[in-house]
Amino acid sequence: MNVAIVKYNAGNIRSVINAVKRLGVEPVLTDDAAVLRRADRVIFPGQGEAGSTMRYLREHGLDEVITSLTQPVLGICIGMQLMCRHSDEGDTPCLGIFDVDVKKFQSTAHTLKVPQMGWNTIAPKEEWLGNGGYVYFVHSYYVPLCQETAAVTEYGLPYSSALHKDNYYATQFHPEKSGTVGEQILRNFLCL
Amino acid sequence: MALAKRIIPCLDIKDGTTVKGTNFVNLREAGDPVELGKAYSEQGADELVYLDITASHEGRKTFTALVERIAREINIPFTVGGGINELSDVERLLNAGADKVSINSAALRRPELIDEIASHFGSQVCVVAVDAKDEGDGAWRCYLNGGRIPTERDLFDWTKEANDRGAGEILFTSMNHDGVKQGFANEALRRLSDTLSIPVIASGGAGTKEHFLDVFTQGHADAALAASVFHFGEIPIPELKQYLHKNGISIRL
Repeated sequence: MNVAIVKYNAGNIRSVINAVKRLGVEPVLTDDAAVLRRADRVIFPGQGEAGSTMRYLREHGLDEVITSLTQPVLGICIGMQLMCRHSDEGDTPCLGIFDVDVKKFQSTAHTLKVPQMGWNTIAPKEEWLGNGGYVYFVHSYYVPLCQETAAVTEYGLPYSSALHKDNYYATQFHPEKSGTVGEQILRNFLCL
Repeated sequence: MALAKRIIPCLDIKDGTTVKGTNFVNLREAGDPVELGKAYSEQGADELVYLDITASHEGRKTFTALVERIAREINIPFTVGGGINELSDVERLLNAGADKVSINSAALRRPELIDEIASHFGSQVCVVAVDAKDEGDGAWRCYLNGGRIPTERDLFDWTKEANDRGAGEILFTSMNHDGVKQGFANEALRRLSDTLSIPVIASGGAGTKEHFLDVFTQGHADAALAASVFHFGEIPIPELKQYLHKNGISIRL
């Protein structure tokens, strides 16, 4: 199986490479449109800031590549947020794959710290997300509940911890850092 | 369900092996860092902290290679610290696969390092560790170099500044409590946790399961870190987490 990981200016991409390798698949990290198009699976991972990452994608023509892929694509964390319509972070127009806008968590001193950092539960609505359980999150912005919500998590309010539309899948949490629960979700994605 | 309180084993690394000091001296060996980390992860540790206590240049290279190995083998988040003085150290360790870096003395000496890490890599990678000592009347003084050199900085004042500069988490070690296994510094922790807008990791003092319960209920900590009680099997992590869960703490089982 050919797994391509989108190479761009986001952090924490190596942990996704390591996680895919632990599943016995050797992924390729690339920003080459042709390689991305012919991969069996594409993962769009990362941690970062919406404005600068979106600008990078546009400058490198990756916005058009990502939005025109036909194989299963998995967005992770900032990858998922960039697949939405718009992000409040830097007032950034995004890829518009998912028909929803990204909002910022409102911090309330010690009851709700922002970023949400740590393990929280997901309530999956779809099979590829398994039976739920605790997964690892690091984020200050969130995707509200919408038509495309594939899993729900509560942090001050219920929000979308996973999305799915057509061949596009996405998780707000980091499956690559979520122990055996996350490993199973990655494996499910590769087996779709 | 709420965000789970985290249990974090801390592994002190010297020349590629795990050691643990009691009150910062008297090192005892406790195994291979990667194997130990994997074992903790399988037992249910929520995160790991690896602290490089080797000072030499050679040792630092060994540690970077170790971080690469950890990143390949372990599927939960891990933080690395020790000997991080500038942005290039942070970059080297993040590139090796660490999720977060912990800075201590370097941040006290040059607080702008926090801003630099936050703007280059994001606040989420920047853990500011503070060793502080209660010098009476609730006045907590920050110390440099693993608790060897006193500074003029007050714990609450410094952690507030670190928070404002873009730290992602505070890792507070009470020098009064560290190594003596009589419980965490809950009063100071509560004050930190209730005033800062970022998570607080409690360190120093774990001796019993009750101490962990207290640090969450009384200290309002977001995470609790310990070393020897885990390394020497005094408190098995699955048993600890069951105990906390039964006592109403939100915990990942």
